[in-house]
Amino acid sequence: MLAPIEVRHLDHWFGAGEARKQAIFDVSLSIEPGSLTILMGPSGSGKTTLLTLMGCLREVQGGSVQLLGEELRGASAACQVALRRRLGFIFQAHNLHESLTARQNVLMGLEVHGRGDRGRQDAAAEHILQLLGLGHRVDYLPENLSGGQKQRVAIARALVSNPEVVFADEPTAALDREAGLQVVRMLKALGRERGTTTVMVTHDNRILELADRIITLEDGRVVTDSAEAHQPAELLPRSASG
Amino acid sequence: MTRLLHRLLGRLPIGWLQLTHNRTRLVAAMAGVAFANILVFVQLGMLGALQGTIGATYSLVQADILISSSDANTLTDGSPLTRRVMFQALAEPGVAAAAPLYLGQTDWTRPDGSTATLTVYGLPPEAESFAGPAVGSGFRQLAVADRVLLDLRTRGVDPESLADVSPDHPLRFEANGVALTAVDTVELGGGFSADGAMVTSDQTFLRLFGQRLAGTPTHILVRVAEGQDPTLVAAGLREALDDAPVLVRTLEEAASADLAYQTTQRPVGVIFGMGVLIGMLVGLVIVYQVLATDVADHLREYATFKAMGYPHRFFLSLVFEEALILAVLGFLPGVMLSLGIYAAMAAKTGLPVDMTALRAAAVFAGTILACALSGAIATQRLRGADPAELF
Repeated sequence: MLAPIEVRHLDHWFGAGEARKQAIFDVSLSIEPGSLTILMGPSGSGKTTLLTLMGCLREVQGGSVQLLGEELRGASAACQVALRRRLGFIFQAHNLHESLTARQNVLMGLEVHGRGDRGRQDAAAEHILQLLGLGHRVDYLPENLSGGQKQRVAIARALVSNPEVVFADEPTAALDREAGLQVVRMLKALGRERGTTTVMVTHDNRILELADRIITLEDGRVVTDSAEAHQPAELLPRSASG
Repeated sequence: MTRLLHRLLGRLPIGWLQLTHNRTRLVAAMAGVAFANILVFVQLGMLGALQGTIGATYSLVQADILISSSDANTLTDGSPLTRRVMFQALAEPGVAAAAPLYLGQTDWTRPDGSTATLTVYGLPPEAESFAGPAVGSGFRQLAVADRVLLDLRTRGVDPESLADVSPDHPLRFEANGVALTAVDTVELGGGFSADGAMVTSDQTFLRLFGQRLAGTPTHILVRVAEGQDPTLVAAGLREALDDAPVLVRTLEEAASADLAYQTTQRPVGVIFGMGVLIGMLVGLVIVYQVLATDVADHLREYATFKAMGYPHRFFLSLVFEEALILAVLGFLPGVMLSLGIYAAMAAKTGLPVDMTALRAAAVFAGTILACALSGAIATQRLRGADPAELF
């Protein structure tokens, strides 16, 4: 089966002119379908940059990223839009729309695919919120939800349309241990059942045991990769837990 | 409302939800749009009043063609011309009748003792068919010397105090040292160059203005023969009067040339025209600020939608939705307040400042356009940027 994400000699810079600074150096990776990959590394190591580059949220400058068989470097706006609809993104800050209720925020994840059966979309949104333990909060505005609840709404929004690849940037940061584990288990279950591939940036040691693969970045370079080291994932990333 | 819009748009009415979520901001945005509307309405009201009063000065006469001195830019500012022109005109084919029109300005002491400037229209009593519809039946009374018709709507005069002026109940007064008797009224109202009007016979006019001669009226009014095209007859007259320093125009041409002159050449018109322009510009800036601030406040949310795969046209439709809602919500109070301001301006100046359906519709359409354009410009930043740069 084709790798959903294929990164080759990826370089990335921030700024321009004198201030131009390289953030990613010659990164190459291939992500297995249906796997849960965790990106680790200290702040400023480039893990979120790598995630957004792979997730079609940032223009690829050097090297190549193939996402779901499409080359992202120089991809047209239409191609980007079409690709993004096949992805689920969970952001570090929940990024919910403050004027929309939990249900409406989740509906945004469905309506992007076009006009559908209103009743069925409503039911799907409610169902996934129930799965995430928010059945009693569907018509609440974000300002009336706790941080963890908001994060779960954001997760529901990312997962409601059955994405092929899920990108998550510290999705468990605002959750307690149990809720955090529950979310990651859910992502893993999706991988098993539907072949959903997940790439996650995290600092959270509690969830490392669930990962299929752990990649550690430092200063924009891959320093350890559990897949290459042929070591059990849970033994690896001691050094990178900052 | 949300449900209705959801069905109508085929998507969540995010613009509506966004606007109604923060009421304070909505009220501020509405006030901004309403203020922009008022600004434009007030300027248009003043310009409209100028145009209205210019047109009104022509309503006291009725003719197909107006022959004026070649230096005449408005109805009242031309030099007198020689009456010989009238006889020449009468000899032309297609001309049925002609009459001299004498125009001047005099001071009149209002019943309360203050002074008003009146434009005096002098017409021969036998030329009744040249008196405009605004003059009315009182014109027949003017064959007797020193009789006049006074303007019921003269600025600064209570119309009630002139309402009962009639042949049985005349109003005697003095102007330019001549004792006059008002036997009836006309309705014209003040403009930018006079406070009202007065209609008399040519003989009374000449008594009132001793320095004017019967042989030099201000204009010649011409009526064409039944079935003749005034434009063609005017062209014929122009040729026939080639050697005289006169302008031959149909009455409509003269009125629109006067309007064009006063609104583009005279300071008052230029200032009002500039006012409209500046009003629109300031209004546009306010509307742009309102929309641009709203887009900037939601950039993060929009970036998230963009990351989820929403195309640029989604954001355009979103800001158009907001623009339309704001245009409607801002226009209603804007037009209401403008009506109040118009009433106050009309009461204070005696000028015809009133709202026309066309003006209201034009300002409404302009508001929607300005809002939509501003929104579209404001979303440009979103278009070029990668979603990751906007979080």
